[in-house]
Amino acid sequence: MISVKDVDLIFETNDGPVHALKDVSLEVEEGDFVSFIGPSGCGKTTLLRAIAALEIPTKGHLTVNGKSPDDARIDREYGYVFQAAGLYPWRTVEGNIKLPLEIMGYSQTEKKERIQKVIELVELKGFEKKFPWQLSGGMQQRASIARALAFDANILLMDEPFGALDEIVRDRLNSELLDLWMQTKKTICFVTHSIPEAVFLSTKIVVMSPRPGRITDVIKSTLPNKRELNIRDSQEFIKIAQRVREGLKSGHQDEVL
Amino acid sequence: MKFFNFIYSLFFRSNFFPIVFILTVIGIFWYLIAIPMNTEKVERKFKNLNSTEKIIQSWNLEKPKLPTPHQIVKEIVNTVFFKKITSKRSLVYHGWITLEATLAGFFLGTVLGILLALGIVHNRAMDLSVMPWVIASQTVPILAIAPMIIVVMNSVGVTGLLPKAIISMYLSFFPVVVGMVKGLRSPDQMQIDQMRTWSASSNQLLWKLRFPSSVPYLFASLKVGIAASLVGAIVGELPSGAIAGLGARMLAGTYYGQTIMIWSALFTAAFLAAFLVITINFIQNYTLKKMAILT
Repeated sequence: MISVKDVDLIFETNDGPVHALKDVSLEVEEGDFVSFIGPSGCGKTTLLRAIAALEIPTKGHLTVNGKSPDDARIDREYGYVFQAAGLYPWRTVEGNIKLPLEIMGYSQTEKKERIQKVIELVELKGFEKKFPWQLSGGMQQRASIARALAFDANILLMDEPFGALDEIVRDRLNSELLDLWMQTKKTICFVTHSIPEAVFLSTKIVVMSPRPGRITDVIKSTLPNKRELNIRDSQEFIKIAQRVREGLKSGHQDEVL
Repeated sequence: MKFFNFIYSLFFRSNFFPIVFILTVIGIFWYLIAIPMNTEKVERKFKNLNSTEKIIQSWNLEKPKLPTPHQIVKEIVNTVFFKKITSKRSLVYHGWITLEATLAGFFLGTVLGILLALGIVHNRAMDLSVMPWVIASQTVPILAIAPMIIVVMNSVGVTGLLPKAIISMYLSFFPVVVGMVKGLRSPDQMQIDQMRTWSASSNQLLWKLRFPSSVPYLFASLKVGIAASLVGAIVGELPSGAIAGLGARMLAGTYYGQTIMIWSALFTAAFLAAFLVITINFIQNYTLKKMAILT
């Protein structure tokens, strides 16, 4: 699905080059829910942006659905959810979801059907005609996810979509996202800096560390695909969380040496 | 109780009281200043007046150095309401001539400003080269350019509205360029990236994101632009020996020492400007409310 091989990405800044990604290799398979976790500056967002062709790797090989990232972008193979909902204030919820469909030239009836479908999927029924400022932060983010789901992309790239929300809303959206993933069978890449979030959601956790940004551990989750929130109290969950924590710590030690 | 509330909000919640207060202060100041400014003329005209009579005369001269507000108001009322609007002595007639040129120039300036802004935002060469010229154009005094535009256009047979509209455009395109460049660039990187992930064309990026984002900036510019347009139209009437328009009226006033005529034209121009700005403000509030940007 997504294949990353020996990717290096260097930003040229005024203070000299910054090694954002170094020797990053990763395979994401169809139907995976992959989380990227690490402290800020570890390149997790950069990696996601490189997959989305918003950054260009300096070296290495990257394919999305067997195509170059830019071709995948042009063919609209993925939906991207940013940290901020980024809804247009002059459009209603419905209008915002319609935006990518307008751009991609869907027919009038198809637009209507798809909007209807995703609004039900993210549980925003009854809010179609509301403007973004009339919604809470969590609802705005749901609208933003609906917007990314509205067109036929089998990959969903999410960059800390719940980072700005409080924990209660976040828990709720996490379980909703899991349901959504089960229903739509999309491949999801999810950037986060929360260990419980990463362990709860993922089938595969990619632990990253900074300076230079690199992968220190890839953990395949042993949890079942169908999960309830209380799975976070189970022994298995705690064990995986521990391994993530250790991965994060070891990345830090490398830096000291 | 209701009445009391109305009075209360009139004085303490709205800007009615402050405006009336400032106007009163200005009025008192004006009448005081008019006394010493016009005394010389009064003394030349009348002999043996006591000081009260002198003051009253100084406020009611036919050709005073400084006319008083009631004289100006009387002249405006007289020339606006009691003259046929086709008459050369009607301020409505002159105001309309100037308004025509103002609106034409404002339209041209807005179109030119938006086109230049689009060029600057979409074309790197224009981004690097156009803005310094736009700024330079505004550092040249309009009074120096206006006669040349009139003369040059006259020599190719273009007279009347268009030369004035061009001068008006020259002043009004500037705020539109500046505001629209800022407005078209107001979407943040995330919103532009978002459009990229949908592989939107640059046309779609313009019409669906950049242009709607720029609307509040556009209106702010239009308000400055329309006032500048009016100034341009009046300046355009000064050097051309024009016989109609508020500018021509001011010019005629200075030729014949008709200060009341100058001031009444001046005030009419000011009211016209206020009316135009308020109109744009109204359209702005309506549009932004409709777009749900202003809530």
